[in-house]
Amino acid sequence: MGFFIETLIGGLMAGMLYSLVALGFVLIFKSSGVFNFAQGAMVLFAALAMARFSEWANAALGGNSLFLANLIAFVGAGATMWLVAWVVERFVLRKLVNQEGATLLMVTLGITYVLEGVGQTIFGSEIYNIDVGMPKEPVMMFENLFEGGILINKEDFIAALIAALLVGLLTLFFQKTPVGRALRAVADDHQAALSIGIPLNRIWVIVWLVAGVVALVAGIIWGSKLGVQFSLATVALRALPVVILGGLTSVPGAIVGGLIIGVGEKLSEVYIGPMVGGGIEIWFAYVLALVVLLFRPQGLFGEKIINRV
Amino acid sequence: MLYRENGQFKTTYAADQQIFTIAQDKWFVLGIVAFAFLAVPMLADEYMFRAILIPFLILSLAALGVNLLVGYCGQITLGAGAFMAVGAYAAYNFLIRIDGMPLIGALLLGGLTSAGMGILFGIPSLRVRGLYLAVATLAAQFFCDWAFLRIKWFTNDSSSGSVSVSDLSVFGWVIDSPAEKYLFCLGFIVVFAVIAKNMTRATIGRQWMAIRDMDVAAEVIGIRPMYAKLSAFAVSSFFVGVAGALWGFVHLGSWEPAAFSVDRSFQLLFMVIIGGLGSILGSFVGAAFIVILPIFLNQFLPALGGLLGLHISTAAVSHAELIIFGSLIVFFLIVEPHGLARLWAIAKEKLRLWPFPH
Repeated sequence: MGFFIETLIGGLMAGMLYSLVALGFVLIFKSSGVFNFAQGAMVLFAALAMARFSEWANAALGGNSLFLANLIAFVGAGATMWLVAWVVERFVLRKLVNQEGATLLMVTLGITYVLEGVGQTIFGSEIYNIDVGMPKEPVMMFENLFEGGILINKEDFIAALIAALLVGLLTLFFQKTPVGRALRAVADDHQAALSIGIPLNRIWVIVWLVAGVVALVAGIIWGSKLGVQFSLATVALRALPVVILGGLTSVPGAIVGGLIIGVGEKLSEVYIGPMVGGGIEIWFAYVLALVVLLFRPQGLFGEKIINRV
Repeated sequence: MLYRENGQFKTTYAADQQIFTIAQDKWFVLGIVAFAFLAVPMLADEYMFRAILIPFLILSLAALGVNLLVGYCGQITLGAGAFMAVGAYAAYNFLIRIDGMPLIGALLLGGLTSAGMGILFGIPSLRVRGLYLAVATLAAQFFCDWAFLRIKWFTNDSSSGSVSVSDLSVFGWVIDSPAEKYLFCLGFIVVFAVIAKNMTRATIGRQWMAIRDMDVAAEVIGIRPMYAKLSAFAVSSFFVGVAGALWGFVHLGSWEPAAFSVDRSFQLLFMVIIGGLGSILGSFVGAAFIVILPIFLNQFLPALGGLLGLHISTAAVSHAELIIFGSLIVFFLIVEPHGLARLWAIAKEKLRLWPFPH
């Protein structure tokens, strides 16, 4: 029982991190109809920027204050993501308004290559560390409830908390601020939003910036866990089943989907994996999403797709 | 002036419905095919065959298959690499497990197995549409990656899933030199391109296009969506599977599952979108673009650096390649979202009228 719950909690925490990446997909898809494959590359790019800025800032400050260096690096990386958002909107999206979904998908794959190339040219292509002072040691919990207690990784726990906090902030931003209201209007109907004077281009920059900041947070958490390296970009492929499971247009869907996929992956790997030779995590997530799609083609929380002739 | 159909009268329906209704088109294409069969084997050197021509031919066959599904039937797929893998490994198993299996038989059976897998993984398309389907097809990709790595039966108990094929021969013709391999692939490509072209002109192709344009409306006028979609998946996977088998047997010789990773799937989708969705020519143009561009950049960038007196490290070159490749893809999609084949069609329209504006 203790082991089961331990796996469950591990899955939930991994799922929270998938949700973070999935959130980036959903934000951009909702507001501009672009299925942004570059989200993984954005995570890599943001994490690279963060790692190197932090290193440089630390050197410039003489290694006195890690916190200050990280703060500078965070602001710097955020500014970098703003630049990325602006460039993407100005030079790519603006010229591709009203194109088909498949074309836009391919464009974001092109952007992926560019981001990977630029990121590694500017920031280097070795493995870097992000040290934001996350505690690494695991803790035992509920020792009196279960035999042997439950081992929880403190780092995972904090990461999950940060993710939850970010989701809360985003919800507030979307529901309570004028910019958030404009974003929701654009997501509902582009033309109607334009007609009441919402500047579509600026909204897109903001959305890509928000997605960039989400990618930055995801990059910091993944990066401090695994080190910042090229394989970080493949995290997008792990988050895709989350997006379609939850629904492409739903923010809560990204969260719930992430938790389901995280738990499903871990449990399947532990309980089914040994029977078939292991390593089933990645396709199990996709098959799980596929099964859900067979019953709900728009995902769990997505808008119902209505076909009219 | 040269390209004009004045005076080419059709007196029968058959003549009016041939593939190339304009004589210049027909002679041009026949000329290219003749050039490819007769002149290229004499002109090209071994490097050309190995690095450019053979990959180009095989990948255009795969792109053709993907184009039938994505371009003609409108079902976006990101799992084409998986079907290449299925074709390659199935053909391998047919070849080594059945005594006296002819090479072409093994390749086609590999394609058929892939078609079966295509139908299986195409079933979700009956309910799931658009981008959801695109992501769902990734399930096929990751499942196949895993299956060929972990299930030892498929790979004849070899470690890490790597297998190899040697001694290719067809009816006593031993295929070992690059030029012979090239001709073998070219034969396949020509036959399959004609089949694909005719399919898209026939009932089945029209059904696919109706489904692509609006599946509900197609259903209303009496097209069975299940039959049309699954047949598109089957035919497409057959093409892709044969291409995969050729890729393994002829181009690589020995391969492992990584040869058909998700990157390959993206690459194939790039080919059809850059080349032109719903265009046979587009598959070839797209394949040429994607095959040749990285090789060109790889050769050209260091040379350019040398010219400017800069020494560029290999890492920098590979990053610059990524950047340029990505930006060119974005550029081409912005200037011509309908693909390079559309540029060719526009050029032909202009040529018909030239030198007059209207």
